[in-house]
Amino acid sequence: MNTEKSLKTDFHQSFLRISKRDSISQKSAWAIRAGAVLLALVVNALFVLAITGLDPISLYATMFKGVFGDSFSRWEFIKNSAKLLCIAVALAPAFKMRYWNIGGEGQVLMGALASTIIMYTCDSLPSLLLVLLMLIVGLAVGALWAFIPAAFKAKFNTNETLFTLMMNYIAMNLVNYYYNKWRGEKSALGEINSQSKKGWLSSLWGGNEDGFFLNEDLWYFLVILLVSVLMYVYLKKTKHGYEISVVGESRNTAKYAGISVNKVMLRTLLISGAVCGLCGFLTVSNSHTISADNTAGGYGFTAIIVAWLSKFNTLTMIAVSFMVIFLQKGSSSIADMYARKGFDTSASSIVTGIFLLAVIGSEFFINYRLIFRSRKEEK
Amino acid sequence: MGTLVIWINQALVFGSVIMLGAIGETISEKAGNMNLGTPGIMCVGAAFGMIGAHGYENSVESPNALLCIVIALSCAFLAAAIMGAIYSFFVVSLRVNQNVVGLVITIFGVGVAKFFTKLCIKTTTGNIRARFAAGVFGKKIPWLSDSLGIASDILFSYGFMFYVTIVVAVLVTLFLSKTRVGLNLRAVGENPPTADAAGINVSKYKYLATCIGAGITGCAGIYCVLDFKDGGWATADIADIESYGWLAVALVIFSMWKTVNLIWGSYLFGFFYWAYQYLPSMIGISISTDLAQTLPYIITIIVLIVISLSKRKENQGPASLGLTYFREDR
Repeated sequence: MNTEKSLKTDFHQSFLRISKRDSISQKSAWAIRAGAVLLALVVNALFVLAITGLDPISLYATMFKGVFGDSFSRWEFIKNSAKLLCIAVALAPAFKMRYWNIGGEGQVLMGALASTIIMYTCDSLPSLLLVLLMLIVGLAVGALWAFIPAAFKAKFNTNETLFTLMMNYIAMNLVNYYYNKWRGEKSALGEINSQSKKGWLSSLWGGNEDGFFLNEDLWYFLVILLVSVLMYVYLKKTKHGYEISVVGESRNTAKYAGISVNKVMLRTLLISGAVCGLCGFLTVSNSHTISADNTAGGYGFTAIIVAWLSKFNTLTMIAVSFMVIFLQKGSSSIADMYARKGFDTSASSIVTGIFLLAVIGSEFFINYRLIFRSRKEEK
Repeated sequence: MGTLVIWINQALVFGSVIMLGAIGETISEKAGNMNLGTPGIMCVGAAFGMIGAHGYENSVESPNALLCIVIALSCAFLAAAIMGAIYSFFVVSLRVNQNVVGLVITIFGVGVAKFFTKLCIKTTTGNIRARFAAGVFGKKIPWLSDSLGIASDILFSYGFMFYVTIVVAVLVTLFLSKTRVGLNLRAVGENPPTADAAGINVSKYKYLATCIGAGITGCAGIYCVLDFKDGGWATADIADIESYGWLAVALVIFSMWKTVNLIWGSYLFGFFYWAYQYLPSMIGISISTDLAQTLPYIITIIVLIVISLSKRKENQGPASLGLTYFREDR
């Protein structure tokens, strides 16, 4: 890139310069993004071809079959996408305010941990009351975990990126601590309350899961979908949402307009953390167990990228989450078949990584214009 | 007494590994690039260093110690520097948000590390060990390590990388405070428009600092495998190295962006991180492994808060840390 040279006096040397676009039509922006997705799919296909010898068409056919082939995989796909979506939706208001909450992983885990503790200790309560209590405590603790760094940011301007990052690891270790304590001598924790099914999502309707509308996974997905739509409305149509955009655009403008930046920040982070807590609660009541590796599953980090790629639009996030999980699950299913040729599950992070890098990179071409030196200019 | 010495030994070697990682990250942050890809880059360094070292000692009859060191370190450095270059391309040239790119690099890097070691090192048992390289990296100084009693045990019972790391920390400190290039680098991190106006090529500095920093972080990865982990390699180790990478990021804050502070800060981290193994037998207090391992992170948070309370400018991170620079922006 010859960016720097371009503006120097010897204009003749630069054949390329970069300038910011004033505006770009939605159509061209989406064309660029689609191009990036296509590029990523082609590069990934070549990568897989080089290792397994699987041609691109059968590759994507196999991936499709692996993800949607049977009912179990389908629900796995939907559930994982929903989890990623939920965390991305939770992070959206904070990011829109230019507050870098990268503690999603920790906030989900703390919400999940709090729910699990209630699930363990209060299992004599009636089902409905227990699940409700788990929900409330999960939301509260998730919100608290996000509130602590936000309070320090508001009061002392402590760097929130690094603070929230550290909070993740404290949360992971706390979950490990309880996990090992509950596990005792067993090799793994397994399902909690497996006899009484207390605190399970299905306990709300008597534990019977036969029938489409009695499926725990379906409700897991529907609740998160509802939250995404609500968050869209909150950010786009309410006064709070407007305040968040103003603070994000410019703190000084916000102050001038009489918006209390600190109040908006604390309020927004409580919401952000609470939605993460909700994700934790839902995951625990759906999977009936908790673990530092799987409850949030690293999605707290992937969600940051999803939220950013979607420009904090929670409806776009639905599509992006499905795409990312499709690639992840799809390449895992390829891995199952081609493990002998060296293509194993770790390849799925490479496939996802290539996809994310391509789409992230495409933003540049949406925001900036490349101007090549034409012959006319030379004269 | 014996336990204490073992604890000190483990803390110092461990501290030394994350110190080297943190030195790389500091160089990158001094140029304004907060590289959250550090854990991924450390894994990549470890993986390719291991591929190099393992490949070398299994392909020749009598491996040469010096060549083994050169191959292991240069493979690690190059592979990691390439990851740094990818990061820089997205952050500096394409002006993408640093946090986002960093996290993608971590996801990508961990995948690359796992994938390529599986692809390049064939094994039937699942356990890989670079026996010769581990011997070279773990070799103690001949006379000093056994004839000075307790001083030998505490100060001289480490492989060469331990001392190299301290030297690198001192050299980087001198580089950043005494040389013109080092001062230019800091100017880029503090105030890129001013540096630009003074005729410093901001992009070039950011690229080089991040790539070299990433390379050094990569060397920390292979150092971890060949010395701290005694040359053994299992897939689970990558998760360990990833978490050490995050510790390195924390350590940079703890040192308040001064490489000289890393020399004691990293050892302190090592003490806290491994305390759970030794405290029970030494003073009879048993703490949970999981709770004890939160200590370095809690301490980092406290330091972070203290830094933000202090108004002194020299304790803060580089002013433009985390921001992208585009000359035409006003």
